[in-house]
Amino acid sequence: MDKKIVIPGDFLSDEEKLADEGTYVENGKVFSSVLGIASLKDRIRVVPFAGKYIPRSGDLIVGVVKEISFSNWIVDIRSPYDGLLHISEFPRRIENEDMPKYLNIGDSIMTLVSDVDEKMKVELTLNDQRLRPIKEGRIIEVTPSKVPRLIGRGGSMIAMLKNETGCHIFVGQNGRVWISGKDKGMDLAARAIFKIERETHISGLTERITMFLKEEKGQKIIEKGPQELEEEIVEEEPQKKEEETVEKESQGGILDELLGGNL
Amino acid sequence: MSKPEKLIENGIRLDGRKPDELRPIKIKVGVLNRADGSCYFEFGKNKVIAAVYGPREVHPRHQQKSTSAVVRYRYNMASFSVEERKRPGPDRRSIEVSKVSREALEPVIFQEYFPRTAIDIFVEVLQADAGTRTAGINAASIALADAGIPMKSLVSSCAVGKVDDTLVLDLNKDEDNYGQADVPIAMTPDGNITLLQMDGHLTREEFREGLEMAKKGCLEIYELQKAALFEKYPAQSEGDVNE
Repeated sequence: MDKKIVIPGDFLSDEEKLADEGTYVENGKVFSSVLGIASLKDRIRVVPFAGKYIPRSGDLIVGVVKEISFSNWIVDIRSPYDGLLHISEFPRRIENEDMPKYLNIGDSIMTLVSDVDEKMKVELTLNDQRLRPIKEGRIIEVTPSKVPRLIGRGGSMIAMLKNETGCHIFVGQNGRVWISGKDKGMDLAARAIFKIERETHISGLTERITMFLKEEKGQKIIEKGPQELEEEIVEEEPQKKEEETVEKESQGGILDELLGGNL
Repeated sequence: MSKPEKLIENGIRLDGRKPDELRPIKIKVGVLNRADGSCYFEFGKNKVIAAVYGPREVHPRHQQKSTSAVVRYRYNMASFSVEERKRPGPDRRSIEVSKVSREALEPVIFQEYFPRTAIDIFVEVLQADAGTRTAGINAASIALADAGIPMKSLVSSCAVGKVDDTLVLDLNKDEDNYGQADVPIAMTPDGNITLLQMDGHLTREEFREGLEMAKKGCLEIYELQKAALFEKYPAQSEGDVNE
């Protein structure tokens, strides 16, 4: 068994060179620094059960504008530190006085952490085709340390969720999840995501979530009756598939690159 | 209660314990929904609850440190926690306890990981029966772990004292009031002492012996703290946690 629950101060290994996140080295020995799940494969790391989001350059996150200053939007990124989105990082040139027209207080954005300095000044950007303000759907919040499990190995979990619920789902590294799609699908996706969050530490997660989704959908079929269901399938299916492939091309790549490596 | 004739009779204390025995301990982790980490801790008749918030923005701003987090610890006794109603609010005693408790935990917290932030610890004493600061430190260290704050290790704490010329572990209220010495100690499981106070008098030999007793007591508490944290995540026994 190479994974187990550890508490701060638990001894992990003698190989100090392999020490990674969630650990510290003392006298050539590696100890856990957090309460979480230790994995000793390749590198020694502990994935914590809880904790705040600490921004790192290159993270894709979901932020909420909380203040507008002279030439910056100040963005709540669910961290002890505020994110700064400078006016020049908006995809098109706008004047200072027009800032609220494009992004007002309370608006959500899908954004990229472009830089974090040693004083923890966090700079954000929207200057990328994949990034944009969020206009529709809903945002739910999960513990940031559980994001890798929510995405799954190589994006498997999230791909399965998208498929089963017919929703577009974007998981920010800061634990904000943006879901958009039909109401029922969003409800189901949100419930599944909360279930994942609660049960990350229990084995066989993917299978349980698949079962959960199947069960939930099974109930709905009975509620709706067969006729309606058929209609809906005919309507939805082709669209969904198109969306799915588009998403995979535009998103799967980044997610694999940025998040897949975390697993 | 007036001073009893004897606090120890035939090697048994008033509450039926042996000299080196702790009071019964009950721990529950994650009792507060809105806190980042929390813990309820019962130490005999002591009942304390600890809440941890953070790392979060520092208010007031001038307290923030540009290279590390500030740790703030607030120890507070509820007015109903003692027999005679206590005037609510911080007093000289609780300010002192807050300071020493904070210093008991600071050495294990990786403060430099979170510049410009605050880690707030609140300890509320709901019922007091001597040894509330040790109960508070035990609870706070679990709450910190529950909040996901990186630490070198947990901190465990208990007191030793002298009663009727005998060294005893973990004094209760009568022993504290009528005893000859009270020494609260906090330490990490590998024996680094982070808190040591002494009220009363001990000889060198007594002090050395008392320290050993406290060490044993702290290790006992450490095992309970550990068990309480594991209890929150019950899947552990199923073997492979991650597929």
